[in-house]
Amino acid sequence: MKIHSKKIITNLILISLVIFLAIIPFFVTKDADFAGADEKAEAAIIDINPKYKPWFSSIWEPPSGEVESLIFSLQAAIGAGIIGYGLGYMKGKSKVKEG
Amino acid sequence: MGFFIFYSERVTLLSNKKVWMFGLVLMLILLPQQIYGMHIMDGFLQPKWCIAWGILTIPFVIAGLSAINRTISENPKTILLLAMSGAFVFVLSALKIPSISGSTSHPTGVGLGAIMFGPTAMTVLGLIVLLFQAILLAHGGLTTLGANAFSMAVIGPIVAFVTYKTVKKVNGPQWLAVFLAAALGNLITYITTSVQLALAFPAEVGGFMISFEKFLSIFALTQIPLAISEGILTVLIFNSIKTYSKNELIDLKVLSKEVL
Repeated sequence: MKIHSKKIITNLILISLVIFLAIIPFFVTKDADFAGADEKAEAAIIDINPKYKPWFSSIWEPPSGEVESLIFSLQAAIGAGIIGYGLGYMKGKSKVKEG
Repeated sequence: MGFFIFYSERVTLLSNKKVWMFGLVLMLILLPQQIYGMHIMDGFLQPKWCIAWGILTIPFVIAGLSAINRTISENPKTILLLAMSGAFVFVLSALKIPSISGSTSHPTGVGLGAIMFGPTAMTVLGLIVLLFQAILLAHGGLTTLGANAFSMAVIGPIVAFVTYKTVKKVNGPQWLAVFLAAALGNLITYITTSVQLALAFPAEVGGFMISFEKFLSIFALTQIPLAISEGILTVLIFNSIKTYSKNELIDLKVLSKEVL
């Protein structure tokens, strides 16, 4: 039982670390150059080769940000579903073995 | 694009309509020429580079297919873990996490599968995810699929795999091996992307190296915190798998040695 709760605490600490890393930017970049990487990458290509024109564009693009986020959430949901199923299956199986 | 939406939302909170409109206009102007996150957008690599990276990727895909076939036929129980490795890439590539550079990018998730099934198996799984995002999300691209697959699904998994084996060899702790494998696999992906962009767009003065430094400096700040996040997330999922599925992992470790 002790090992079990230790594991939960470790996992909670690890999860909080990830959340912390995702939240810091909101505070750090507040007064910093918020334009950041995208715009710079943009500028870099144009800077290096001002004449370059993309020769191909995506055959289909999500018509709006909402549709795009729908597909992204779908992607995450499918993945999370499979992982959840897998972990549940393995946990159930290991319990049967023990019992 | 995520950054601009985020930016717009932020200033909306400040209820400054002019700034919001400015953000929207900026977004519309810059949108067609985005190099977003870590994948190279459609049309942003000249045809010769698209073909070259595509050809380089093909042998890894073929090797991956036979590696997966072998693993599954020798160890049918591990098919669930393989599905979970693919699913992990699916989840992580959908998570666009803000970074201290003020833009967002996403982890790759290929480290986990590379550790368990060897690097080439992840070429196949990574390719599927990239294809999904290129077709349905206009994220990455069909013409740049070869280049993106080479960075995320070939080099990333190889580095992850080698890192894992190296740390294990010097008797490093399990969690450190997993963490470093996933984090370095993520970092090398963006370094490869920078190489690809620099090769395609060498600076007129200074050539490849100047361009490389330029692209690298752009992606570096964004990607380092994300690499750490990816390392932590991979340790989390790996620990869960280890708790419930020790036997399969023991089988696989023997197997992945044979695969290489």
